[in-house]
Amino acid sequence: MKRSEALRLLYPDVKDDIVVTIMGAVAVELYSLGHRPNFFYLQHAMGLASSMGLGLALAKPDHRVTVFDGDGSVLMNMGTFSTLAWVAPRNLTHVVFDNESLLSVGGFPTATSAGSDIAGIARSSGIRRSRMVRTLEELETAWKESRSANELTTIVAKVEASGPASFAMDIKMLENRFEFERWLREVK
Amino acid sequence: MSSDGRVRSFMPTIITRPPIPLCVQTLLIVKSASMPVSKENSRVVFDALTRSGVSLMSALPETWLVHIMTMADDDPNTTLVRITREEEAIGISAGAHLAGVRSALLMQNHGFLASVNPIVSLAMLYKIPLLMLISYRGHMGEDAPWQTMGGRMTEPLLQALDIPYDYLRDPSDVERQISAAATLAESSLTPVALLLERQLMWEEE
Repeated sequence: MKRSEALRLLYPDVKDDIVVTIMGAVAVELYSLGHRPNFFYLQHAMGLASSMGLGLALAKPDHRVTVFDGDGSVLMNMGTFSTLAWVAPRNLTHVVFDNESLLSVGGFPTATSAGSDIAGIARSSGIRRSRMVRTLEELETAWKESRSANELTTIVAKVEASGPASFAMDIKMLENRFEFERWLREVK
Repeated sequence: MSSDGRVRSFMPTIITRPPIPLCVQTLLIVKSASMPVSKENSRVVFDALTRSGVSLMSALPETWLVHIMTMADDDPNTTLVRITREEEAIGISAGAHLAGVRSALLMQNHGFLASVNPIVSLAMLYKIPLLMLISYRGHMGEDAPWQTMGGRMTEPLLQALDIPYDYLRDPSDVERQISAAATLAESSLTPVALLLERQLMWEEE
């Protein structure tokens, strides 16, 4: 499956979620589906999207939080699974797009290409609801289960190592940050 | 923890192959005896944090912080997140801040050293206030050799990063200092650090 297709599939559901993405292709592809003030694109600070998601989930316990992560990023912060599992925020869904490479820096392979199993790591870290999916159909099923379960979930979606033609986004980092904060302040 | 409220070291009595000079052996045994972290002053710090509006704390267990962490755990109005690495705490506090929750980061100075990248490329880049309480290990009075290099690098690094910082030393001034640091962090949207000093955290025998 292509990551852009996966995002298109999930977009209607995350339109009103608190959303944090990593930088690069994930951010650009979500942005190009239609930016929303409740979308925050974490440019840089690789690995910390899920940590930000945790802080948001704790601060807004009645609101759904979705984190769109990547294999290269999450491999830089593996402890996040242990921390998330311990806190177990019910309102957090952590989607990891695994293209087995660091696409935006030239496509170098990551450890998942050699067998590291992120869904397995998440599960072994204590996140009971952790799934790996390979097709859009499997993703849809796992996603719907996660939405109805109301429980901390990790979904690792294996995707093709392809990205957008351009990484340009017409939104400044601080514009995104302050708009996001204002939206959060006004939402319940 | 013993009945007098003092925390015992988690470090076992070190059994090493001989020959170790007797004086070194004695030193190792003495070091593992007791760790007199001040419960009273930990309470002063914890209460000052909650009074300044902090409801979320992240921490990685460290001897000087154990009482504060226990107090955070026991307080129904405080959420304590136990992290695996201090870098996570920068992300957690960033998310909490954007959602209107005031948080504090409890860390050893070596944890501060470990979290420089996210301090720079998340907190500073995105104008996120951080209230960092850093135990100032490895400075005057430190007898653990492994703490000493980090102790020497702490203030030069804070200065290099242009992070405003102050020393928590006198318990009677802690509440004012924590409140002042939180105020500056929020108004300037930058990280601010408070160094927990040995004099405050440690009860010398």
